[in-house]
Amino acid sequence: MTEAAPQAQWRAALAEGRFLLQRARGSGTIFFPPRLAEPRSGDTDWEWIEASGMGTVHAVTVIHPRPPEPPRAVVLVDLDEEVRLMSEVEGVPAEEITIGLRVRARIGERDGAPILLFQAA
Amino acid sequence: MAGDFPRGQTAIAGIATYGVGECPGHTTMEMAAKAGLLALADAGMPLSQVDGLFICLPDDVLAGLSFAEYLGLSPRFTDCNRTGGSAFLSHVATAATMLAAGYIDTALIAYGSNQRSGGGKLSTPVGSNVWEAPYRPLFPASSYALAASRHFHEFGTTRRQLAEVAVAARAWANGNPEAFATGPLTIDDVLAARMLSSPLSVKDCCLVTDGAAAIVMTRTDRARDGAKPLVPVLGAAAATWHNAISQMPDLTTTAASESGGRAYAMAGVGPSDVDVVELYDAFTINTILFLEDLGFCPKGEGGRFVENGGIAPGGHLPVNTNGGGLSCCHPGMYGLFTIVEAVRQIRGEAANQIPGVDIALAHGNGGTLSSQATVILGSAATL
Repeated sequence: MTEAAPQAQWRAALAEGRFLLQRARGSGTIFFPPRLAEPRSGDTDWEWIEASGMGTVHAVTVIHPRPPEPPRAVVLVDLDEEVRLMSEVEGVPAEEITIGLRVRARIGERDGAPILLFQAA
Repeated sequence: MAGDFPRGQTAIAGIATYGVGECPGHTTMEMAAKAGLLALADAGMPLSQVDGLFICLPDDVLAGLSFAEYLGLSPRFTDCNRTGGSAFLSHVATAATMLAAGYIDTALIAYGSNQRSGGGKLSTPVGSNVWEAPYRPLFPASSYALAASRHFHEFGTTRRQLAEVAVAARAWANGNPEAFATGPLTIDDVLAARMLSSPLSVKDCCLVTDGAAAIVMTRTDRARDGAKPLVPVLGAAAATWHNAISQMPDLTTTAASESGGRAYAMAGVGPSDVDVVELYDAFTINTILFLEDLGFCPKGEGGRFVENGGIAPGGHLPVNTNGGGLSCCHPGMYGLFTIVEAVRQIRGEAANQIPGVDIALAHGNGGTLSSQATVILGSAATL
């Protein structure tokens, strides 16, 4: 019997309303997406930590589908833990989402599955 | 540390393109096989000499096996490497080292795609990973757009500067009978084009065409007897830093800064020695990033470098002299076409021939600015 691998563990936590990151015990480096080992070092001695949920928009693009579907923004967020991920910012018009915007994570639901989203902080 | 490379010991002896633009009624295999046969004829070499096969097809992950079967080859080494559109420039590195070692004697590198006639959309088996797909980025355009947004933010690069890249590509295409997209294109045309994924409009994106290409490589001592001028491989280096754009270490610096540096060291040349530059311009931002990362201008200066027709005909550096992926052709994996155009320039048989080309640089990009590979080719005078 083996325990669930990191990706499944992360998803199970998200379904319980928890946003987790991994931290290598040796270097203290925090990393995402979930992996079996710390990137570069290959160190498998890591632990789950709760993300602060706070971050900053690092890059943004506004996708313009053919009307009537409205424009929507896709962002890269730099978490305060120095981890970068792709997401969306809710509650702010797409064209007003700018690099440097402070954001806070929220676990929403889409297509019946939990999804990590952000709101203006 | 450049790594050992057999500078000048191998050469490109044959090149060909086939079905560039639209090639209805052909399978990808038929197109790649035709290009391969034409490249061998160009080299004056029989099919039976091919003992190393390097290939990508969009619709066949085991294309090397299928291609060998199709043409009745029995290669000693077969490579279906998939590092995206840079794969073919990686193939050159592999083929050069294997040829120089005597492991193989004749390498055929081939590609074919019927994506325009076949469906009219970018033909790729690749998409966003599970961490990005839920946010529905346009793949791959939004990834490049995110990198462009950072370049704008950090260096003040503008949409007008991106448009310069598209306009320059079109100007070169207008002199190339093989190019698919020809006719006038102005900066205002690009700026007024439909926005796709900001800051990239549809005119900042490469074409969707058919097209096949192939090259034949052998050892330089054998290529000296060939039908066409010798084009030795002076350096070839690849670098992979990530796959998904969210994992790119720095959105404004690509692994071309590594592959280029190593390729220059192998070749014993620097950016100022390069007479003509062929870059994988899947999007206008690519050209700017690669001009910086390959040392043609400082980081952040790419936008200003391309202004006022800087890379257009008559500018200060000839870049993508066939019209590039933006205006010549983009069958899905453009990399091999950068090599073909670089060889044509060195041979003196390019449509937009630059006088006296001794050193040409070809650069391929794969994934989402992920996998970079640089090949430096020379004339016989560089040996």
